[in-house]
Amino acid sequence: MSITVLNPGLLTSVQDAGRVGYQQFGVSVSGVMDPRAMKIANILVGNEDNEAVLECTMMGPQLRLDADNVIAITGGDLGPTLDNQPVENYAALAVRAGQTLRFTALRSGCRAYIAFAGGLDIPLVMDSRSTYMKAKIGGFEGRKLQKDDAIGFRAPRSSLPNLDQRRVAPEVAPQREFTVRVLMGPQDDLFTPAGIQTFLSETYTVTNEFDRMGCRMEGAVIEHISGGDIISDGIAFGAIQVPTAGKPIIMLADRQTTGGYTKIANVITADFRIIGQLKGGDRVRFVKTDIETAQAELLAEREALRRLRETLDPAPKSEPKKERGFFKNLFKK
Amino acid sequence: MPNVRFLLTGDTSLSAEFGNEISEEINAQIRAFTIALEKSRIGGIVELVPTYRSCMIHYDPGVVTCAALTRQLEGVLARLDSVDIPPSDVLEIPVLYGGEEMGPDLAFVAEHAGLSEQEVVDIHTSTEYLIYMLGFTPGFTYLGGMSDKLETPRLKQPRVKIPAGSVGIAGRQTGVYPIDSPGGWQLIGRTPVKMYDPGRETPILPKAGQYIKFRAIGRAEYDEIAAAAEAGSYVCRTYPRGEATK
Repeated sequence: MSITVLNPGLLTSVQDAGRVGYQQFGVSVSGVMDPRAMKIANILVGNEDNEAVLECTMMGPQLRLDADNVIAITGGDLGPTLDNQPVENYAALAVRAGQTLRFTALRSGCRAYIAFAGGLDIPLVMDSRSTYMKAKIGGFEGRKLQKDDAIGFRAPRSSLPNLDQRRVAPEVAPQREFTVRVLMGPQDDLFTPAGIQTFLSETYTVTNEFDRMGCRMEGAVIEHISGGDIISDGIAFGAIQVPTAGKPIIMLADRQTTGGYTKIANVITADFRIIGQLKGGDRVRFVKTDIETAQAELLAEREALRRLRETLDPAPKSEPKKERGFFKNLFKK
Repeated sequence: MPNVRFLLTGDTSLSAEFGNEISEEINAQIRAFTIALEKSRIGGIVELVPTYRSCMIHYDPGVVTCAALTRQLEGVLARLDSVDIPPSDVLEIPVLYGGEEMGPDLAFVAEHAGLSEQEVVDIHTSTEYLIYMLGFTPGFTYLGGMSDKLETPRLKQPRVKIPAGSVGIAGRQTGVYPIDSPGGWQLIGRTPVKMYDPGRETPILPKAGQYIKFRAIGRAEYDEIAAAAEAGSYVCRTYPRGEATK
């Protein structure tokens, strides 16, 4: 095997971009909480954007490397060290068999991502390597990593071209106050004007009930017209659900596919990098934007990542390979 | 053409809302819409999630903008009447009813309803239940159409582990637990069929818009089907709704 877990940390799991196409069957998407950090980690080590990585939460794991490879650590700064020497975040790093990767202290954000060149040897379940812990699907035996778990590399590289240039400025700063842009809807019409005004002007604090499913927030009550229950409908990543009690919950990677509470707004994709790194005590203000701005931001981010990849790996092989399957699963008998 | 609202659900999906009630008619419109969407082959659509009264459409804004997609969806709706929609399939689920192991609460459900256990089974197997949607856990069906006679409150103390395949009643709902899970439903039987099997080509058996009909089986047939299901060779009987059952 290629990595052995000496200590799993608080919550370390295998995740990729998630299980696309199975929500109609009740299968949660799962996947990384901070997709941008995952993509950058993968680009730095020459992987496809959505290759599976390890997602480490607040207290990172201790891992023994049993084979040479190139890795990159992105996302929140959990204080990574290699054989007790600090190593940089957002930089590719050649590691050698016998070395130990350890995380020492949470300095910013909430989740770090470790990408391994060539990817991890984890079977695909419903087209994804993501761990969906509640249903014990995918990833490493459907669960978070434990001591003595061992995972293989699929195609490790002892080095990569331009190794020194494979770095970008770290992106997750140690701040605790954030502004998050949202698109109103789908159920913003079930709130009073005062409720909408409250939502868009007050500051909300992340409670200690935050996990991969959702992030509960405390703050001024958001007023409904007549309660927060609806006939269940679909839930997108970043949906801001407001049950009758009036306190918002941001729905995240492991959210259920459907839900019966009003959703006042949805965080825009460009700001998933913020909500995927929130932790207890962080303070958030929501500001309204429009769909044109949101989609322009999304495409600009995609283009920036494409340019980063082109700079590091100019060869044409790095073109994104497969489109997401068009209706692949929808009409199977 | 149904009166549909397109609601923003972020910048990579939207929700086509067909109404604000749980009704077979609205659900049938959603089914027709999802079938029509497939035939339309609109570029950029990634995933559809039909629910009680809406269909969520996930798309790639790099291929189609929200405005362009909405226009195309309106076009699909306008032509909905001209799309050939096949009748829904009925999925036949064999169930071993009653007994301490498989259906420990059948006696309670019968007593609560003032019926015999056999009458409960007869009523439960006489209906084609519409699958309004799936959710909660992989393969969990929200079914409509259970007879009021079988309405039974949930257990006061939920069970810690209910085996996959258990068939239960909770209030006015009935359904099958697709995976081992905790729960408070009254368990009246169990199916040997795997509603969820990650290794199967179609991992999840039921689909929104189909109907489920339960068929009572005996122990010998249960064991036979269970062995075939384990070997991956059991295929559930399906037939177009309206066709005579055997």
